[in-house]
Amino acid sequence: MRLACLAIGLSLLATLAMALEVEDHRLYPGTGDRMLRIVSTADLEVFEPYLRAFQAERPAISIDYTVVSSAELHRAIRNGAEFDLAVSSAMDLQFQLANDGFGQSYRSDSTESLPEWARWRDLIFAFTAEPAVVVLSAERLAGLPVPATRQELITLLRQHPERFQGAVGTYDVRDSGLGYLFATQEARSTDAYWRLSEVMGRLNPQLYCCSGQMIDDVSEGRLALAYNVLGSYAAERLVRDSDGQLQILRMQDFANVILRTALIPTTAREIESAGEMIDMLATLGLRDAPGSWTLPPLRQTGDGEGSGFGPIRLGPALMVYLDPLNRRAFLDEWENALEQR
Amino acid sequence: MTATGSIGRRLTLLLAGVAALLSVLSWSMVTGLAWQAAERTQDNVLAASATSIAETLRSEQGEVRLELPYSAFSMLGAISEERVFYNVMAGSALLTGYEDLPVSTLAPPAPGRVSFSTSEYRGSQIRMASVTRLVLVGTGPVPVTVTVAQTRGGVATIAGDLSQLAAILSVAFFVVAVALSAFAARASLRPLNEIAQAVSRRGPSDLRPLRRAAPAELAPLMTSLNRLMDRLGQSIRRSEDFIAEAAHRVRTPLATVRAQAEIVLRSVRDEDEKQRLRRIIRAVDESSRSAGQLLDHATVAYRAEHLVREPVDLADLAARTAASLGPTAAMKDILIQMDTEPVPVVGDPVLLNNALRNVLDNAVKYSPAETTIALRVRADHGEARATVADEGPGLGDGPAEALTERFRRGSNTEGVVGSGLGLTIAEDVLLAHGGRLELETDHHGRGACVSLVLPSA
Amino acid sequence: MRYLLVEDNRELAEAVVNRLELDGHAVDHAASLAEAEDCLAVASYDLILLDVMLPDGDGRTFLTQNRAHLETPVIVLTARSQVSDRVGALDQGADDYITKPFDFSELEARCRAVLRRRGGAARNEIALGQAVFDPLAGTLSHRSETITLRNREIRLMEVFTRHPGQILSKSQLMDRLFSYDAEVTENAIEVYVGRLRRHIDGKGVRIETVRGLGYRMETDDA
Ligand SMILES: Nc1ncnc2c1ncn2[C@@H]1O[C@H](COP(=O)(O)OP(=O)(O)OP(=O)(O)O)[C@@H](O)[C@H]1O
Ligand SMILES: [Mg+2]
Repeated sequence: MRLACLAIGLSLLATLAMALEVEDHRLYPGTGDRMLRIVSTADLEVFEPYLRAFQAERPAISIDYTVVSSAELHRAIRNGAEFDLAVSSAMDLQFQLANDGFGQSYRSDSTESLPEWARWRDLIFAFTAEPAVVVLSAERLAGLPVPATRQELITLLRQHPERFQGAVGTYDVRDSGLGYLFATQEARSTDAYWRLSEVMGRLNPQLYCCSGQMIDDVSEGRLALAYNVLGSYAAERLVRDSDGQLQILRMQDFANVILRTALIPTTAREIESAGEMIDMLATLGLRDAPGSWTLPPLRQTGDGEGSGFGPIRLGPALMVYLDPLNRRAFLDEWENALEQR
Repeated sequence: MTATGSIGRRLTLLLAGVAALLSVLSWSMVTGLAWQAAERTQDNVLAASATSIAETLRSEQGEVRLELPYSAFSMLGAISEERVFYNVMAGSALLTGYEDLPVSTLAPPAPGRVSFSTSEYRGSQIRMASVTRLVLVGTGPVPVTVTVAQTRGGVATIAGDLSQLAAILSVAFFVVAVALSAFAARASLRPLNEIAQAVSRRGPSDLRPLRRAAPAELAPLMTSLNRLMDRLGQSIRRSEDFIAEAAHRVRTPLATVRAQAEIVLRSVRDEDEKQRLRRIIRAVDESSRSAGQLLDHATVAYRAEHLVREPVDLADLAARTAASLGPTAAMKDILIQMDTEPVPVVGDPVLLNNALRNVLDNAVKYSPAETTIALRVRADHGEARATVADEGPGLGDGPAEALTERFRRGSNTEGVVGSGLGLTIAEDVLLAHGGRLELETDHHGRGACVSLVLPSA
Repeated sequence: MRYLLVEDNRELAEAVVNRLELDGHAVDHAASLAEAEDCLAVASYDLILLDVMLPDGDGRTFLTQNRAHLETPVIVLTARSQVSDRVGALDQGADDYITKPFDFSELEARCRAVLRRRGGAARNEIALGQAVFDPLAGTLSHRSETITLRNREIRLMEVFTRHPGQILSKSQLMDRLFSYDAEVTENAIEVYVGRLRRHIDGKGVRIETVRGLGYRMETDDA
């Protein structure tokens, strides 16, 4: 029994080390035999336009696109998985890869034109700035005031527990790297976070791994409210499709803005193409108008003027909450707040 | 004279050397300081970071607990884009962080003190700051060491940038200093040059003492120069006096002999005796002519070496020379026909006069009575040209150039006193002036045609 | 013409004086600069012949000192033929120079040239019949007509005018006309006499040939 357990454990470990937990995968064949292998946290539907744009310019290059979770991506690169480009929205993990020497430096006119805060040591390059938002179901909230700050949200949740019982969704920070990043950064920036967490904890919150499901549940009325959702873009599209069923809210007191970053792993072989891809993404990141692209540029001039919060800084401080001791301490506190059953 | 290098160059080199030394020195100092400053900044931040982590150390339920303060790392990111590594060790057990960080386990720093070290980690040079605190766990205190490390690329970059800037400044300083040294050397040598110029501007016979204000350092030079010139002047004067005296002593009796011989010649009737007297007179003339021409030749050689250069109008010179030979020409009823235009040349008028005089003297000497000598002065194709054309026998059949050889006399000289040095002297003078002597016999008519050609001024 | 000869060598001085007197000039001799000063104080001269090396000083310094108040032309007698010396003598105010030893004819020629150049304060024109002879200018004037004689014609004329009515032998004339060693025959004299005759023809003066003896100048009024 014991031996069996051990064997199972070992083989599991081996598959974990060797194989990736792939969420999605697609090959875009090119006319030549060069192959650019991208590992990314962005869904295919979000990232495909970029890949197509890249291939339109360089039809010879085939693209192998793999979608994984941010934690999986981080683990894979650390373990030496062979990819030419790693694109992730988990800034902290990306940063740690760069800091610990898993990235190659790359320099071009395009990367030079990126603002200082959007790159680090010519190793990681940001090309989108995406805010964390609250997604509301208009139907479930009918007759209630729309909260603008966390304090208002807390008050709303406290005053109408019956409406929100089991109908509040947020990331399970234990599973979601992005959720963890949002939570730690928010906890650091505003004391309202813990109070809000406690209030949510009393309402039997639904915990998710990914924002997509959360949005789906709000749109289908299973949730009244999803807190800390990324992908305003996808969300906005959904809002447009849902005839006013969905509402998107940016908290006025504080809002996290994360940078989606790209990094060339040390294992990369198609470095030239990876660099060209970074150049394209950086150039797009610097565009002025959002246009029809699925992801927002680095500077959103149109919206968010009320929330003058800059993106989370790319720097060693990102590694603070990745420290196992700190992580454990944070998760303990989080569990205390959210799981009060 | 052997030149042992120029003082100016030596002075410039010396000053430039000093400047180079200063440049290198200041560059290395700035570089050193830049390194130190950059290092110190990094050390301070690392120390602050490590200390702020160490301050969170506590013991909880028999375990060492700590929290990485956000600020501990954000401050590291604030000043540079260095990679950051850290670890926390309780005794020899890793609490958290990078296990393989090469923390020196040999001598853990005294509690509370920050120690620094430099090492190699993951392919980069790193700087580490370590702080140790004793944490009471269970039975006894455990030393807990917090180490924060950063790569040093930035330090190198900052120091390198500063060093490069310093290098550029040093080079600029050096260039300016060299220019200034050259200027200073030239300026300090100017009095010397001025004295040299004042001496060389003088005519060859001007040996007056130099009277000009000179820096104190040059006073001894001036004094000895003046003393030398004085002595030189004295010895020249003495030898001139001697020559004059000797010439006088020799020539006056000769003149007496000649004068008396001539007088006797007129009173004697016997043709043989007359012939003998004539030979005496001739001998006197020959010897005095030779002595005169030899002395002239020597003087010309001397003056040609120290050529005086002053503006001379060739026409004016020709007029004066012709005037001084006028009476001699008149004795033979020879007409000197002047055809001149002002032609400026540069040179020693005394020598030029002598050259033309010798040529004109020949024309008078070798022409028969009642003929005409044409003296033309013209500027012609950038050259100044004084031409003496006579109606005499011409220069003979042999090569005319040979006549300029020393003591060379033509075949047509019978009965004409001469030493054979006249054309030699004339040619020497012209060569010294960068000109030439042209000799030709007029092919149409008779007569010699001798031209003095000089570069015109 | 009155000459002053400043020369310390007595024999040379004597010879020069003799010769110049032969030409009809009055010559005073000074053996030193001091004597020369004395002479200049009491008499006035048409020309000074100045030796540069004198027992009591340098002739050239004498020249520079006296040039300012001395109107008389000066010919320097120098033993040196050095290039610089010649120019030096002229610079210091001499009118001409002659190098020792010298040819009497040349001395004479130079004297004449200097006197002519300096202008005739003492113009000694000589009347010959109806013509006037100016030995300095070398001209012979008759009524409104003036002819310029050649050098040798002048000298021949001079000899004749200085000895009017005297018979002058051909060799006597040759001595005066040509340098001592000129390759000339007595025929040359005949040529010059012939020329002179043509010039003076019809002007109340004649040159007669005295057979076997020489020539003689006669004026009509004599
Ligand atoms: N004008 C001329 N006509 C004919 N022969 C000439 C003429 N000028 C020079 N010569 C010849 O060239 C020779 C060299 O002349 P040069 O003047 O050097 O010597 P020189 O006249 O004999 O002696 P001196 O040194 O006394 O002048 C003369 O001996 C003569 O034969
Ligand atoms: Mg000659």
